[in-house]
Amino acid sequence: MKKLLAGIVLSTAALFSQVLLASGDTVPLDKANIDVHNQESVIRGAKYFVNYCMGCHSVAFSRYNRLAADTGLTDKQVQENLIFTSGKDGEMSKVGDNMVNAMRPDDVEEGFGAAPPDLSLTGRLRGGDWIYSYLKAFYVDPTRPMGVNNTVFPNVGMPHVLWELQGWQKLEKNCTPAAGGEQGKAAADGAHAEAPHCTEHLVNMKPGKISGPEYNQIVRDITAFLVYVSEPAQLHRKTIGIFVLLFMVLFGVVAYFLKKEYWKDVH
Amino acid sequence: MADRPAHNYKGFLGWVEDRFPMMETWNYHLAQYYAPKNFNFWYFFGSLAILVLVIQIVSGLFLAFNYKPDAAYAFASVEYIMRDVPGGWFIRYMHSTGASAFFIVVYLHMYRALIYGSYKGKRELIWLIGMAIYVVLMATAFMGYLLPWGQMSYWGAQVIINLFNTVPYVGNELSTWIRGDFVLGDATLNRFFALHFFLPALILPALVFVHIVALHAVGSNNPDGVEIKQGPKGNMWSPTAPTDGIPFHPYYTVKDIVGVAVFLFFFFAIVFFSPEMGGYFIEKPNFEPANALKTPLHIAPVWYFTPFYTVLRAVPDPWYGTLAMFSAIIVLFLLPWLDQNPIKSWRYRTLAHKANLIIFALVFIVLGWMGVETVTPVYKELGTRMTEIYFLFFIVIWVHSRPATVNYLLWFGLLLGLVVGIDLWRYNGEVKDEAHQILVQFIWPLAYLAITLLLPAFVSKWNMEKPVPDRVTD
Repeated sequence: MKKLLAGIVLSTAALFSQVLLASGDTVPLDKANIDVHNQESVIRGAKYFVNYCMGCHSVAFSRYNRLAADTGLTDKQVQENLIFTSGKDGEMSKVGDNMVNAMRPDDVEEGFGAAPPDLSLTGRLRGGDWIYSYLKAFYVDPTRPMGVNNTVFPNVGMPHVLWELQGWQKLEKNCTPAAGGEQGKAAADGAHAEAPHCTEHLVNMKPGKISGPEYNQIVRDITAFLVYVSEPAQLHRKTIGIFVLLFMVLFGVVAYFLKKEYWKDVH
Repeated sequence: MADRPAHNYKGFLGWVEDRFPMMETWNYHLAQYYAPKNFNFWYFFGSLAILVLVIQIVSGLFLAFNYKPDAAYAFASVEYIMRDVPGGWFIRYMHSTGASAFFIVVYLHMYRALIYGSYKGKRELIWLIGMAIYVVLMATAFMGYLLPWGQMSYWGAQVIINLFNTVPYVGNELSTWIRGDFVLGDATLNRFFALHFFLPALILPALVFVHIVALHAVGSNNPDGVEIKQGPKGNMWSPTAPTDGIPFHPYYTVKDIVGVAVFLFFFFAIVFFSPEMGGYFIEKPNFEPANALKTPLHIAPVWYFTPFYTVLRAVPDPWYGTLAMFSAIIVLFLLPWLDQNPIKSWRYRTLAHKANLIIFALVFIVLGWMGVETVTPVYKELGTRMTEIYFLFFIVIWVHSRPATVNYLLWFGLLLGLVVGIDLWRYNGEVKDEAHQILVQFIWPLAYLAITLLLPAFVSKWNMEKPVPDRVTD
């Protein structure tokens, strides 16, 4: 009996160790450390977004004046500083309009190989850490049509839009000698950033206009904006939630004593 | 036609009562419905299921005011609700959280029936109607999941509808008939929206009504599995009512309100603080619009379907896998006839039976866990082994019907032989990983059968039933 139990315990332990090993690994992401409640950060992020990103990308599910209301800006400030897009009629977008650009997806697809996705929900789809890491992970790769590749999103069609700020990076591979034949294979297969015996890291080869930490802050602001815009309700929902839960506790206590009073008959 | 009972209601109430059995119904189902006085924690989930149904119908109605069942607009209309409709995000999170809450509540409600044998003693129809509710609930949830028209909506529905392709001879026609088109598209979305409104708003309330009518005709079971109607009569409310019964209203109404408060605390904690619930209540790929040309890397159904999804994946042949998946649901219908032990509550059943029920719950959870993971040799085999135990459970619960006379060793041999037979049939030494896992994870069915069939054979404590008291115990 004891042997049987020991056997069960041992095989369970063995199984769990295998189960843990089996869980898949992905590219490690940098922590974005954003704060969507930091209005200045979100506003700066929106500013960078409309300047650098919105030529191709839209955030079609959000309206300009929603951004204004959520960040404490006036409609006028948004109209004057953040709206560079125009509608199909060629007129400048109004604050009540959705944040779309006039680009035709088909045209862009022809140029870049894929239509730039709408970024309204990227914050929820990919998460802030992903956006932050992705925008820092472009490197020079002459084999790609745009001359750049990305470790977080291999073979992405997007050019390095922020190159003036960040400068250029290159990918350096360090392979241990033991890897032997694996080396050539890993090098040929660029998509496999996590090849078994090689480590890869990005190094700066040409500095940009601003320093590394300054660039990180800009990317962090863009990330904060995109995470905010993926769910504007997140700014208020937890605050409301605290009051709802407090009410439920109060209601529960009253209900409990009501029950206790009634049940005096039964016991 | 029998005369209606006389009443003393005066004024408006009396006027109504002469024309409509309002108070008669109220009394029959609530104020003078005598429920056993010893209901415990497990008895909250019936009323909570009704609460969640109401939450879903009301929030669903408000969502439908702004939702557009059109492939071109559906995704955007959901985001419109989330951003531009006042309070829209709150209504939508209530609805998405409510879907998962519904299954949590219903699974606990069903498990209560298992541990206290609530499908016994002329309660088979209550169980069958309840199972019908469960099946309609699954169909409703499945069709509702398509409506946001995200990637997981689309591809989840694609996978499930394609299961019907595996039906011999008529498969293609059948799945085309379900989709209303040769591909999953606008026609499918439209009919799923119609059915997602029709089933829960009309069929479910009707089934719940019949479920309760049947329950109140026979009377509620309780944690002791004692029939209070067969016990002594007379209590402080009525000389003819069962002594161990108390009027449902006000005693269980005030008690259920406490349950409602606790439930809503957790419900709103999720709605306001973690509506995605780590990607289990709202899956991340669903934040991307449906794209027929781009298959997500990893398609996982929502958590409440994953136990059955694992059963499906455990069988290599698609058609037999589909059969296995539906069998896993159908076999639940048969429970009242599989568990023939006259003792209802597990309190007085053998330890082996208790272990069987607890293992079944754990196996169901592991099956659910396997359904959200990508397939690796370890997980694949674990899913297969748990599927085996899932089905063995229904044979073992039948074996446990007669603990005094049954030949445990014979059944242990037969069932283990069945497992080994399946292993021999599927074992392939050339696929090393899988063959190795078949050997290593043989421990699961072996341990399961040893606990439920060998322990009661050799350790008398494990095969001992306790005498059922005449009256409820607390």
